[in-house]
Amino acid sequence: MWSFERFTGWIDTSLHSCMGDGWALLTEYVLIGVAVLVAYALIALFLIYAERKICGFFQCRLGPNRVGKWGIFQSVADMVKILLKELVHIDRSDKVLFRMASFFVIIGSVCTFGALPFARGLQAIDFNVGVFYLLAVSSLGVVGILLAGWSSNSKYSMIGAMRSGAQLISYEISAGLSLMVIVVFSGTMQLSQIVAQQADGWFIFKGHLPACIAFLTYLIAGHAETNRGPFDMPEAESELTAGYHTEYSGIQFGFFYLAEYLNMFIVAAIATTMFLGGWQPLHVPGWDGFNHAMDCIPSFLWFFGKTCVCMFLAMWVRWSFPRLRIDQLLSLEWKILMPVCLLNLILMSVVVIL
Amino acid sequence: MEGIANVIVFYLLAAAIVVSSVLAVTSRKIFRAATYLLLVLIGTAGLYLMLNYHFLAVVQLSVYAGGILILFIFAILLTSSRGDRAEPHDRRRVLSGAVTALAGLLITTWVTLKHRFLYGANPTVLGDHETDMKAVGQALMGTGKYEYLLSFEALSILLLTCAIGGILIARKR
Repeated sequence: MWSFERFTGWIDTSLHSCMGDGWALLTEYVLIGVAVLVAYALIALFLIYAERKICGFFQCRLGPNRVGKWGIFQSVADMVKILLKELVHIDRSDKVLFRMASFFVIIGSVCTFGALPFARGLQAIDFNVGVFYLLAVSSLGVVGILLAGWSSNSKYSMIGAMRSGAQLISYEISAGLSLMVIVVFSGTMQLSQIVAQQADGWFIFKGHLPACIAFLTYLIAGHAETNRGPFDMPEAESELTAGYHTEYSGIQFGFFYLAEYLNMFIVAAIATTMFLGGWQPLHVPGWDGFNHAMDCIPSFLWFFGKTCVCMFLAMWVRWSFPRLRIDQLLSLEWKILMPVCLLNLILMSVVVIL
Repeated sequence: MEGIANVIVFYLLAAAIVVSSVLAVTSRKIFRAATYLLLVLIGTAGLYLMLNYHFLAVVQLSVYAGGILILFIFAILLTSSRGDRAEPHDRRRVLSGAVTALAGLLITTWVTLKHRFLYGANPTVLGDHETDMKAVGQALMGTGKYEYLLSFEALSILLLTCAIGGILIARKR
């Protein structure tokens, strides 16, 4: 199976041949940074287009169809527009925190994005504490949202931020506990090892009942963490205009928007890595011909294919269900989802011990 | 080159930590002070990351940025109103604060220079080796020498007591 290590190794050797070790390392860091940011932006553009199209189909509309064939350049045009927009100065806002908030949100999102294993040999950094790192870094976004709400000097933003903070902190618990189920099962937190262990069967198949329950709870909790409908209380447009980013304009709003879409991607990608085998092809023990045919499909296609399926589920849910009330949303987490996750964790420990 | 890069990154982090910690104490607006404190804590996580101790860096991020700072911010949101500004401190408090800070700095520097670090003289013992998550977990839950099950459990009882106390105070009568 083709590995990206060959490509990255080729870059590494050719850089080392034309400059000193230190400079080669520096160039590689810069290249990785640029690659991560470019991938981030491109995936966001794709997701925005996909969401508008799919939302259109769910509502029996055509969706964007003017810019380019089937409107595929619509989100590029939107990007140019948002870059050219004026940054509106908010009277009596706390300017330092107002600016900082959008950066917190986007940095938390980029840091999580950077540590994902995208394909065989295509992982920028492979921490020993991978899963824990993903959970920890994504919590920076909560701070950004709370800062945004406080600093914009607006009641809508404030209420949106409070709701969002409560929601994100609560649902982080369920998301973390669902991932812990897989950590208990695989015995490691390193993402590369978790993916490698799924070579002969994805965890959702190998992990018996608890893994399936954990997959469902993670999808629900992760969906809630992205602040998207039916859990979009923080930006419920009918009551709060746009929630915590009401006062933002131009590219500062763009940061929130990008981070929201990329968080959806990240949640789908983590679900793929932990439950659906990451970039591992579908292997059925014993069916050698079938396994061999599956190996021919490149690993990044597997990864992005599975991630797209998870994201499609998220969009489907978003455009199909009515919004929850904030008390229903919190009682769903604390009274149903978290006890289920805790019991599930015990169940998985029992499965592992047996 | 790698050494130089490490030094540059270290000084950048150190400068960020020093500047934001000074801002955290001098800022009049409590929300800004909390944010600068968060920057200090993130910078510290960066230092741990430089030392190759990923576990501690991630714990620092998740406990402080994801937990304690959010608690601070919620407390601030619930108790203070917009435009609240702290009174400027009188001279005696500033002076005593400065003296305490200076004394702390001197003591820490003295201890750091005086202390014979286990691996300082012989860096090859550990070198770039990263502490395994498994080793940390087993040391935390073990009962042998240099293992911490008892303190772990004591801490969990303390946290449980705090949680029950919090609920007791906050419950509706």
